[in-house]
Amino acid sequence: MDGEELTEQETQLYDRQIRVWGADAQRRLSKAHILVCGMKGAVAEFCKNIVLAGIGSLTLVDNRLVTEEALSANFLIPPDESVFGGKSVAELCCDSLKDFNPMVRVSVIKGEPSSFDEEFLKTFDVIVVSCCSLAEKKSVNEKCRKLPKRVSFYTVDCRDSCGEIFVDLQDYKYAKKKLEDTVECQLSYPSFEDAISVPWKVHPRKVSKLFYALRVIERFEEAEGRSPGETSVSDLPGVLKLKKEICESQLLNEAHIPNALVERLVTNPTEFPPVCAIIGGILGQEVIKAVSGKGDPLKNFFYFDAVDGKGTIEDISSQS
Amino acid sequence: MASQQQLSVIKGAKVLMVGAGGIGCELLKTLALSGFQDIHIIDMDTIEVSNLNRQFLFRKSHVGLSKAKVARDAVLRFRPQVSITSYHANVKNQEFNVDFLKQFSVVLNGLDNLDARRHVNRLCLAADVPLVESGTTGFLGQVTVHVKGKTECYECQPKPAPKTYPVCTITSTPSKFVHCIVWAKDLLFTKLFGDKNQENDLNVRSSDPASSSDHAEDIFQLNKDETIEHYGRRVFDHVFGYNIEVALSNEDTWKNRNKPRPIYSRDILPEEPTKQNGNTDKNCATDDQSLISAMTSLGIKNPQEIWSLMENSRIFIEAIKLFFTKREKDVGNLAFDKDDQLAVEFVTAAANIRAESFGIPMHSLFESKGIAGNIVHAVATTNAIIAGLIVIEAIKVLQNDANNYRMTYCLEHPSRKMLLMPVEPFEPNKSCYVCSETPLSLEINTHHAKLRDFVEKIVKAKLGMNFPLIMHGAALLYEVGDDLDEDMVANYTANLEKVLSELPSPVVSGTILSVEDLQQELSCSINIKHRDEFDEEKEPDGMVLSGWQQTPLEKDDCNKTLGNGESTSKTLPSAPDADKYDDSDMVASGRKRKLDEAVNISGEANSSKKPEVLDDDDDDLVMLDDGDNGDPAINKKKRLQ
Ligand SMILES: [Zn+2]
Repeated sequence: MDGEELTEQETQLYDRQIRVWGADAQRRLSKAHILVCGMKGAVAEFCKNIVLAGIGSLTLVDNRLVTEEALSANFLIPPDESVFGGKSVAELCCDSLKDFNPMVRVSVIKGEPSSFDEEFLKTFDVIVVSCCSLAEKKSVNEKCRKLPKRVSFYTVDCRDSCGEIFVDLQDYKYAKKKLEDTVECQLSYPSFEDAISVPWKVHPRKVSKLFYALRVIERFEEAEGRSPGETSVSDLPGVLKLKKEICESQLLNEAHIPNALVERLVTNPTEFPPVCAIIGGILGQEVIKAVSGKGDPLKNFFYFDAVDGKGTIEDISSQS
Repeated sequence: MASQQQLSVIKGAKVLMVGAGGIGCELLKTLALSGFQDIHIIDMDTIEVSNLNRQFLFRKSHVGLSKAKVARDAVLRFRPQVSITSYHANVKNQEFNVDFLKQFSVVLNGLDNLDARRHVNRLCLAADVPLVESGTTGFLGQVTVHVKGKTECYECQPKPAPKTYPVCTITSTPSKFVHCIVWAKDLLFTKLFGDKNQENDLNVRSSDPASSSDHAEDIFQLNKDETIEHYGRRVFDHVFGYNIEVALSNEDTWKNRNKPRPIYSRDILPEEPTKQNGNTDKNCATDDQSLISAMTSLGIKNPQEIWSLMENSRIFIEAIKLFFTKREKDVGNLAFDKDDQLAVEFVTAAANIRAESFGIPMHSLFESKGIAGNIVHAVATTNAIIAGLIVIEAIKVLQNDANNYRMTYCLEHPSRKMLLMPVEPFEPNKSCYVCSETPLSLEINTHHAKLRDFVEKIVKAKLGMNFPLIMHGAALLYEVGDDLDEDMVANYTANLEKVLSELPSPVVSGTILSVEDLQQELSCSINIKHRDEFDEEKEPDGMVLSGWQQTPLEKDDCNKTLGNGESTSKTLPSAPDADKYDDSDMVASGRKRKLDEAVNISGEANSSKKPEVLDDDDDDLVMLDDGDNGDPAINKKKRLQ
């Protein structure tokens, strides 16, 4: 493989996982640079997973100061005001993450995801955004797609007992072992904007209800100028009205976005820690797959709802 | 976020976690974040460097400390108000009895071995406390719920015994690398550096038994007047040369097999090699056992590389030299340990030379160590996912929401689009000897078998009891415990050596024995049936327990087997082996079931039951202008809501 061998220290620390994905994959991981924006519970879980896995570097963005809400599902922030006073969420998470694995460089950048230029973004291999508005997601995703090199783009969000992951690996080639042979596989991903613009009418059958419910809420938050996750029970009538309108224009039977589900998501926008662990775990695995080139990456949405317990992959791209 | 009703059961719950390893660290964190207030955690292990890549509550400075205690302290740093009680102890200790269990609302297992899992299952049944059980291997994992009377218990489906190999495959006809590893580790390593008195099948059986055994007796002794170099070469030539020649002389064996090639040291290594480049000195400076290494002496660095036959041979001789010069006092009482660098080097080299002889591909030290140490693959992400699923299931159990209990599989490749697949739990197995009263029956030769055979092969090995008590009617035949009188102990010891039909209260065909474990509060009846003959090949124990099946052994033309994980002399997998299954014996010993396409977890099926994969059809998307309402079979099903 390209480059140096793993050090004795790395071989010892990563022994159990090298037995899962091999030494080549471990070397690729140790050279990967990852940017994450929005440090809520699911992202904290994700960061823990990839720092333990031994990536090269992790850069955190979250300018918020610590609030009760920021503490709720995030185990990276000590609940002691004398520690967190005056520090941003990203700075506090950084201190904890550094401690998990001294071999990974963890740092903080101030700023908003939408303000990052292409010069900056191209220094990364993977970009993960969370708690971002629809416009921010689209804009970061579009910038990634314009870069001279392929940068993997992910969004992740959890509300109530549900979670969503979106993946854009652009044109992704990877080797896959089939019995004795290794075959070259290729996947072509749409951008976030293209994926959500696919008319609902041409979707594959039985797409997760969560996909639709989250699109409605996303549109509601955008129209009302809300921050992501900033909804409460008083918004329910407005969201349900919007749901009806969208369903009519998309020719989708309204019953396929149950009001009870919409109600859960609107009235309980805070995260549920077990779901953060699950979503952060799946996202960690996906990023490890994309960086190491080992294993089939998911395309292009993933959903989990603790109520039915299913973790489902949905492929929503114009070709299908 | 959790609902108000969920929050109130969470706050009021008292939870017992068993295991603070890969799953345990994740679980303790997720429980604390989810609002659990009273958590008790038991783990007997201490922290090792190879834990740090996934057991994120631990740091390098914690190596050697109690997992349960360090995990507690780490979680208290971000959730100081939670009450966490840690126990650095074995869950099988008597202090953790049924009364202890009764104080908890639910027990959550994140264990690494079958034996402890069975034990906790029994305690939970006896205390009537629900159990959420889990396991992971690599990207695979599963979570199951066991509630007495409502769902099956952990032992309702028999667990396959640890993988064993027929002795003759190991001694004469290896066909896989693992056979060479077992030979190198359990036979050759033990013969050279372990207990000399132990029964050992190292020497190949020839058609003429007298010739090999006589010759073999002194061959493994270091003679007073020979150099260790000479001794090493003599052992090399005996096991890789002479023994192969003897095996070749038995022509029947090779009719349908590739013949092995004898290998002699003179063909591989120059006769008396020039003194090593003085590198041996590197080892002289230290008394630290972990730094004594044949690889270091020979300047071989990369554990991922596959060594040549010559390198393997040099490592083989060098390792013997180092054992006899630098670790002389260990020789004679060593047992293979995957963390003993020199032992791993020796076993790798010996297995590779044997593999070469039999035309089997050689492996790197890294891979050999994994096979020899039964090291299970483990990553942080799967453990995190499984811990999240455990908490979700635990909350349902606390709410007594039996209709929604699920067992969930975490898959590597999606099945029906799912990476996390919930399945409805099974009902209790009515003939399960653990959670039902169904008697077992045992065919045994009551005139030949001793009580000891019954205790070792059935009561301990098959029924998994630790403190058994065996009764025939009112007569006590045998008992284990700390508080027994001397004369009772003498009495039981005498009974052990008696054949069943000659016991003070004779056990004959038609006898019903009652076997109990007081700690597990498990008792079962065994109907005895006398039988004269047993097939040595198919029934190597000389007794057959039915009413409960264990998976059959790999068939071969001999009647003894060797395990890879257990030492050859002890048949009991009693001591929990930390790394034998890291966090799991799920794939190795998990229930084997058909689970639609998800067979990558379940392997071959030995259960006729097929779980219902939950697939609520209201997911079905029907378009307004779509005349076709989809699959009629789907529409037929009633919506549950
Ligand atoms: Zn049972």
